[in-house]
Amino acid sequence: MSTTPTTADQPQIGTARVKRGMAEQLKGGVIMDVVNAEQAKIAEDAGAVAVMALERVPADIRKDGGVARMSDPNMIEEIIEAVSIPVMAKSRIGHFVEAQVLQSLGVDYIDESEVLTPADEVNHSDKFAFTTPFVCGATNLGEALRRIAEGAAMIRSKGEAGTGNVVEAVRHLRQIKNEIGQLRALDNNELYAAAKELRAPYELVKEVAELGKLPVVLFSAGGVATPADAALMRQLGAEGVFVGSGIFKSGDPAKRAAAIVKATTFFDDPKVIADASRNLGEAMVGINCDTLPETERYAKRGW
Amino acid sequence: MSTPVIGVLALQGDVREHLVALAEADALARPVRRAEELAEVDALVIPGGESTTMSKLALLFGVMDPVRERVAAGMPVYGTCAGMIMLADKILDGREDQETVGGIDMTVRRNAFGRQNESFESGIAFAGLDDAPVHGVFIRAPWVEAVGAGVEVLAELPAADGPDSRIVAVRQGNLLATSFHPELTGDHRVHAYFVRMVEEHLAAAAR
Repeated sequence: MSTTPTTADQPQIGTARVKRGMAEQLKGGVIMDVVNAEQAKIAEDAGAVAVMALERVPADIRKDGGVARMSDPNMIEEIIEAVSIPVMAKSRIGHFVEAQVLQSLGVDYIDESEVLTPADEVNHSDKFAFTTPFVCGATNLGEALRRIAEGAAMIRSKGEAGTGNVVEAVRHLRQIKNEIGQLRALDNNELYAAAKELRAPYELVKEVAELGKLPVVLFSAGGVATPADAALMRQLGAEGVFVGSGIFKSGDPAKRAAAIVKATTFFDDPKVIADASRNLGEAMVGINCDTLPETERYAKRGW
Repeated sequence: MSTPVIGVLALQGDVREHLVALAEADALARPVRRAEELAEVDALVIPGGESTTMSKLALLFGVMDPVRERVAAGMPVYGTCAGMIMLADKILDGREDQETVGGIDMTVRRNAFGRQNESFESGIAFAGLDDAPVHGVFIRAPWVEAVGAGVEVLAELPAADGPDSRIVAVRQGNLLATSFHPELTGDHRVHAYFVRMVEEHLAAAAR
């Protein structure tokens, strides 16, 4: 029987295992965007595994325009106080001071997110510098591995947040899964060139080729609006889903939230998904992604 | 003896890691989401995850009562973290409407070790696994605040801020619970310990 050689028997915080292990506990679950304590409670009541605290849901960020930043610490603390489930919050890409603030507030996960306006167009934050784990978005495998190389402990496919349109979520998740499948077929000689092409460290590329999956948990985000959308992402290989505007921009948030939780657990059972989809009221009004101007495509942010 | 079939409650949480750990401990492991699937297993693991979500889904999809009935009938169950909360007769800092399976005469405090920033990994002396400390990963972990007379304490961790220690592993009859996640390490001795419990239970039942 294999036993792990323990480097130290003294308690250690902020290790890769503790950070990645936190995301493992969220698997099969739904993480919901909330903008205040009341919404956070609705999410918890509905069975969310965690909430994402932010000032405006992506649909409103789109509508309002301007620079989108980290939320007010008061609002984040109110949400932490209001619920007993994990609380995540977003920092701008490369804005490591916002991330330091979020860590000091005691959030359980930091989302270095393209939904906010990037603070650095070259560098993402050094995520190894933090005890709090990070989740980052990716549109393809190379991007996912670059974020993991910077210390991300969880990846979400980006999709196109605030559109209520699942098409980009599907595109990005399929892209990541397909590229992992292609790596599996390569021999050792070919992995070096693959790493160069993916612009990712060889060791990570080799690990993915061997595992047949990312070394961290992979969720889907950006456009999930219905129980069937959530189940679709799960059937395509997402280990859980983030739902942003889809819940609180709909007619009956409490009901829709609970329905998406059910469909995420029983993602392979059309009868459960059908029952969950009945009488949910108005879904959020979607946006057709092909009419979105380039500058309003959040998935293009981050590299 | 035939290989024991052990289910992992697959409503939410780190199901895959438990399936792997059980397989490496020479059990046949399979996910369980429904009462029909529960009927086909000899024993059950309740994984780590979000206990409030798990509890809600167990009620919603009608597996809470069947699990309770099997526990009352003596089925071995092992719970890690959220699974420990699910096996507790009494919980603190849970949601008001949060139900558990129960079965172990103990009071468990949810998220007792703190938020994610306080999550840690550590070696722990585990009674019955005496060759080397077990490596435990504690994630927003609960601890056992009080146990009844019939509960055996298997592991304790010195408290960071005082002379007291915290109970982090217990056994009562066929029920086993740990605050920590051995399934996140390569050390599957706790799972092997549980598989032996299951084998002993099946052997006794066959007699």
